Amino acid sequence: MNTYPNPFSEAISYQRMEQYDQEHLESLSNISPMTRTQQPIVTGTSVLAVKYKDGIMMTTDCLASYGSLARFKNIERMIKVGNSTIIGASGDMSDFQYITYLMDKLMTKEYNANNGQPLAPENIYEYLSQVMYQRRNKFDPLWNALVVGGYQDGKSFLGYVNLRGTTYQSDTIATGYGAYIAQPLLRNAVEKKNGELFTEEEAKKLLDDCMRVLFYRDARSLNKLQRATVTAAGVTISEPYSLETEWGFAEHIRGYGA
Amino acid sequence: MISEPIPTAQPARQMANRFDPYEDNGGTTMALAGEDFCIVAADTRQSDGYHINCRYAPKAHQLSDKTVIGTSGFYADGICLVKRIKQRMEWYYHQHDKVMSTPALAQLLSVMLYQKRFFPYYCFTILGGLDEEGKGCVFDYDSVGNVERVKYQAEGSGKELLQPFLDSQIGLKNRATDDVLDLTEEKAIKIVKDAFSSVTERDIHTGDCVEIYIIRKDGIECEKYPLKRD
Amino acid sequence: MATKTGFNFDNYQRNLFLEHGKENNMKLPKATKTGTTIVGLMFKDGIVLGADTRATEGPIVADKNCEKIHYIAPNMYCCGAGTAADTEMTTALISSNIELHRLNTGREARVVTAMTMLKQLLFKYQGHIGAALILGGVDCTGPHLYTIYPHGSTDKLPYVTMGSGSLAAMAVFESKYKKDLERQEAIDLVAEAIQAGIFNDMGSGSNVDVCVLTKGKVDYLRNYIKPNVRKEKEQVYKFNLGVTPVIKESIRNLVDVVEVNEMEIDQ
Repeated sequence: MNTYPNPFSEAISYQRMEQYDQEHLESLSNISPMTRTQQPIVTGTSVLAVKYKDGIMMTTDCLASYGSLARFKNIERMIKVGNSTIIGASGDMSDFQYITYLMDKLMTKEYNANNGQPLAPENIYEYLSQVMYQRRNKFDPLWNALVVGGYQDGKSFLGYVNLRGTTYQSDTIATGYGAYIAQPLLRNAVEKKNGELFTEEEAKKLLDDCMRVLFYRDARSLNKLQRATVTAAGVTISEPYSLETEWGFAEHIRGYGA
Repeated sequence: MISEPIPTAQPARQMANRFDPYEDNGGTTMALAGEDFCIVAADTRQSDGYHINCRYAPKAHQLSDKTVIGTSGFYADGICLVKRIKQRMEWYYHQHDKVMSTPALAQLLSVMLYQKRFFPYYCFTILGGLDEEGKGCVFDYDSVGNVERVKYQAEGSGKELLQPFLDSQIGLKNRATDDVLDLTEEKAIKIVKDAFSSVTERDIHTGDCVEIYIIRKDGIECEKYPLKRD
Repeated sequence: MATKTGFNFDNYQRNLFLEHGKENNMKLPKATKTGTTIVGLMFKDGIVLGADTRATEGPIVADKNCEKIHYIAPNMYCCGAGTAADTEMTTALISSNIELHRLNTGREARVVTAMTMLKQLLFKYQGHIGAALILGGVDCTGPHLYTIYPHGSTDKLPYVTMGSGSLAAMAVFESKYKKDLERQEAIDLVAEAIQAGIFNDMGSGSNVDVCVLTKGKVDYLRNYIKPNVRKEKEQVYKFNLGVTPVIKESIRNLVDVVEVNEMEIDQ
């Protein structure tokens, strides 16, 4: 066996180092140096909201999921901001709780300013959409789709903003699976009224019907919901309640084929 | 007999699961310049994938008595861009005690778009209005600020469908006869309406309603024209 | 060399290589997909199938009034969503095989038979045939409604939807479906579900096709509702004569015309 020291060993090891570095660099190139970018972890599903005669009605369920696990079953996904605005959130719950903190901070500042001009729903919506858009510009989004509802000076307000700062205002808004499942039903109901607004009872029934369908079809939903209203009387968020469901048809189903 | 194993597919290199800051909210905009008027039009559908977010989310915005801007693509970027332009116009007004002219705005817009060259505004912009001489003018942009003064232009999800129609009907391209274009305001509006109703037939991202801004020397008028909603 | 058994997916490997291999960037031809709303439901006396009529190629509408309810047998029809060619050819193939089956057995084929043929074909191709189907029919054992997924799995349910508009349509069914609907009620519900797809899903559009299958009778109601008739255009776009330039003109005589005196022939 050759026991002489190899005069080129240094060169060889250097070459190997280089090769290693190359591979190492290549593997590193897949990892960005800073990972602000995240993904939603604990998430809430759809938010539904409609304009009605007295103002705004909004519904969410009480579930915060951890992937496919129904992790927290008594979560509030709507917050009251001031006396004429409500925010409903789907998406990441920790980001939403941070938004709650932001709103508290904003409202405290407004209270201290004491300028006799309370923030209108439009103002809160604008603030929120700017926060969302600026965070997306920093590649550090708040992973939510938010619905802002409000009622002030006899005017209803309903707006949507998501993690990229995309905004729109509409008579009916639904986020998450609700956009695909509930929105068609909400739009149908609005069109049927031919320009007239829903009564409180109609709005309640409509949103309950939509939430029921979502409970049937959205695997990340829960039959424990809250309903909020924003009217001239202020903001109310109901205690959690459940809907009647119908599973009788299942008894007639036998297998999947022959 | 297979002597060598068939090379197996190389899966595309796994990029870290990056947040995509862009969204395509679709929509079509167009503008055309007449002798003493200008028309800017944009449909009002906002969509995401196959889903319609909203049937009325305006994409055309009035900037002054002489200028209207239309954007399509990523809605949030479009709104932000318009907001910043309005702010710059306000500053200009306070500094110079006059409203920015359309060509000045056109230049500003180009600079503002290029300022974000490496994180662009994902929007396809058209600026239309009257120039200092009161003539109709249209400026067309790409997303990073390339600008061109044109007679007419289509942008957005339906531009491949719309532009050839405008080339034929307003540009009078590819004609052996000596047709002359007598582009009255009425005729122009008719062409715009037909253009949008035709694009709606074949482009899934365009529809619901089109807002047509008619810019004249004595003011701006906005006409809404309903489109198919399917 | 050991002989391989089972299915051979060498072509699949090859195609992946051609598309993603280091030096390869081959674009495979894109197939027309029918972003679709299709539905089916069971009512008192049979089955109602429904479909929209829009076919898309990416963001472009390829066909504004296509037929998505395909014939399988006199007592069976099948709605197709997914890759247009796949749904068309699969249903046509199974239709042929069902007819041969009928001639062999001397009996009207059953809906389960067609369903089994479809699922076995689709399973064999492991999802590479992109056909998502709703099969409905009435046979000697009564009415049947199946959904068949591209990978070959099936469902047997009282009301079903498929395609990109399936969620919108299912929302309508989930809130309004009842057992033992009357014929007209069933047709109305199907039409409403399809319209939910047409107006809320951009992959679906144009008209509503309906097919009612009852014992011994099929009513194919093509364009049952037309909720999207185009308004008349503001202008007529007629080009003046001579707009298209004549670049070159050449007239060739393909036959020689000879003047003949009729009188001479008669003689």
